[in-house]
Amino acid sequence: MTKPIALEPPAVVRATAPHRRRWLPFDRWHLFLFPFALVMLFPMLWMLVTSIETISEARRFPPVMIPEGIHWQNYPNALKRGAFGTYFLNTFFVTMTVVVGNLVFCSLAGYAFARVKFFGREVVFMLMLATLMIPYQVTIIPEFLIVKWLGTHISPQIGIDSLGALIVPGIVQVFGIFLLRQFFRTLPVELEEAARIDGASRLGVLFKIVLPLSLPALATLAALTFLWTWNDFLWPLIAIMSPEHYTIQLGLMNFQTAHTTSWTLLMAANVMSMIPLLIVFLAAQKYFIQSVATSGLKG
Amino acid sequence: MEATGRRRAPLWLRAVHSDHVAGWTLAGPAIFMMALFSIYPVIWSVILSFQRKNLLSGESQWIGWENYEALTKDPIFKTALWNSAKYTALFVPLSIIAGIFVAVAVNRKLRLMAFYRLAVFVTLAISTISTAIMFLWLTEPTYGIINAFLHALHLPEQQFLADTNEALYVIVAMTVWGWLGFVVIIYLAALQGIPQELIEAAQIDGASRWGIFRNVTLPLLGPATFFLVVWLTINALQLFDEIYLTTKGGPLYSTTVIVYYMFVQAFQNFAAGYGAAMAYVLFALILVISIIEFVVGKRLVHYSA
Repeated sequence: MTKPIALEPPAVVRATAPHRRRWLPFDRWHLFLFPFALVMLFPMLWMLVTSIETISEARRFPPVMIPEGIHWQNYPNALKRGAFGTYFLNTFFVTMTVVVGNLVFCSLAGYAFARVKFFGREVVFMLMLATLMIPYQVTIIPEFLIVKWLGTHISPQIGIDSLGALIVPGIVQVFGIFLLRQFFRTLPVELEEAARIDGASRLGVLFKIVLPLSLPALATLAALTFLWTWNDFLWPLIAIMSPEHYTIQLGLMNFQTAHTTSWTLLMAANVMSMIPLLIVFLAAQKYFIQSVATSGLKG
Repeated sequence: MEATGRRRAPLWLRAVHSDHVAGWTLAGPAIFMMALFSIYPVIWSVILSFQRKNLLSGESQWIGWENYEALTKDPIFKTALWNSAKYTALFVPLSIIAGIFVAVAVNRKLRLMAFYRLAVFVTLAISTISTAIMFLWLTEPTYGIINAFLHALHLPEQQFLADTNEALYVIVAMTVWGWLGFVVIIYLAALQGIPQELIEAAQIDGASRWGIFRNVTLPLLGPATFFLVVWLTINALQLFDEIYLTTKGGPLYSTTVIVYYMFVQAFQNFAAGYGAAMAYVLFALILVISIIEFVVGKRLVHYSA
């Protein structure tokens, strides 16, 4: 959006605007916002309530809105039936590796694409951008075959049904390279040139000058990669078979299939599966929202 | 930046310090991974779509256009296309309208605003699987709380996800809920980019609140709306997770959407070629719809204030 023509600050707006009669002790917007917020939160509140009910309370019609006591046992019982500790560790390991991998590889590549004039740069960059337009589903069948091949020919650690299968294909994302390249190009090149003349190597310039100035872009990349990897479902569903390699999403899906009617246990499991990401989200809310607003991408 | 004046460095040293070597060393690992997991699969997928190939055994046979011809005759694929179209036609406008309305509401200074915003934004951090499980329970036909509300209001109870006529609408509702945080963030950023002077100028000219919203705010939200329409459409056509968890495409194929059917064919029936052909039809569909949206958007959206 281009900047609009600056107008003279209006001096008398407030005085001329008609004064609205207040017929409520609070702003009228609360009348919409408060019920709306409750509707938004309701699925989660209802999940929490159900997760502390006994199964007989959950199987009553009309439903019990306020349970007689807090039935904490659902949580340890859910943990006993589904190895959520393992799923959590798997997801944490995969997500962290993918986030760190993207930060490292996308920084190196993004810097090369932004500042180093190497042979084939433009062609490779255009090719990579073109892949951004192609839906994930187009690549997923060959991706499965490639990972299967890697497993039999290179190492089972990166083959089908391994945690490596969840890490390797996502460890560099075109989106990340593009995001960082665009950001690096907005930095003043003079700083880097001065450092080069002073004898700094390219890596030295990248790590001592460029990256410290790029923290907002790196935070965006980290936040979005974190959300994507943590919540990914289709690829783990295809690539993982054995429960000891399940991610949280897969474990939750499996738990749901196995305990379709044990609503109290299922809700307890669902609460536990959400907690880690909710904590991260609440702690870094600003970063997540900023990342979404600037990149226009959802987790 | 090469050393001049002094004695020229040996050729191999100059080669090591050249931009070509530096560039490929820095970007090489990333380019290799991209080539392996993005570019190569796109090409392989084209080839697959002309083959009959078993995903597990790997047996394959070149069959030309047969997969695509089979798609035109596959009644389930037709149903899947129709369901995806219906879902997209509902999901995108509903998300946009709800998003604009909520963004305008939360774009003011009020007490409790942090709470209101959190109630919307929190959906960003909730996975599709968790969302689907919560909505399964809300809409449970026998003990679900929504039926309890309906019962209390003396309205007929519903089967929701178990009813062929309702299941897709329940999916629309849960995904609109799940995406609202994202849509509102985009609109909120756009609203905060609107210069206050424009609103004040309109106020001086005596415009009503609705008039300002209709003639100043809404046109200035054009670029954000355009972006969201394109992006939400692309994502709507790729719907999968919620379907897999709740209905598995049922009842009676009423929620079988394109990507779900592709998953069934490629990863449950192991018809890799047929699945790849479907993926390319999806790609073509997304491309055509995006182009139409771009052409229409160019006429409707103005980028300068």
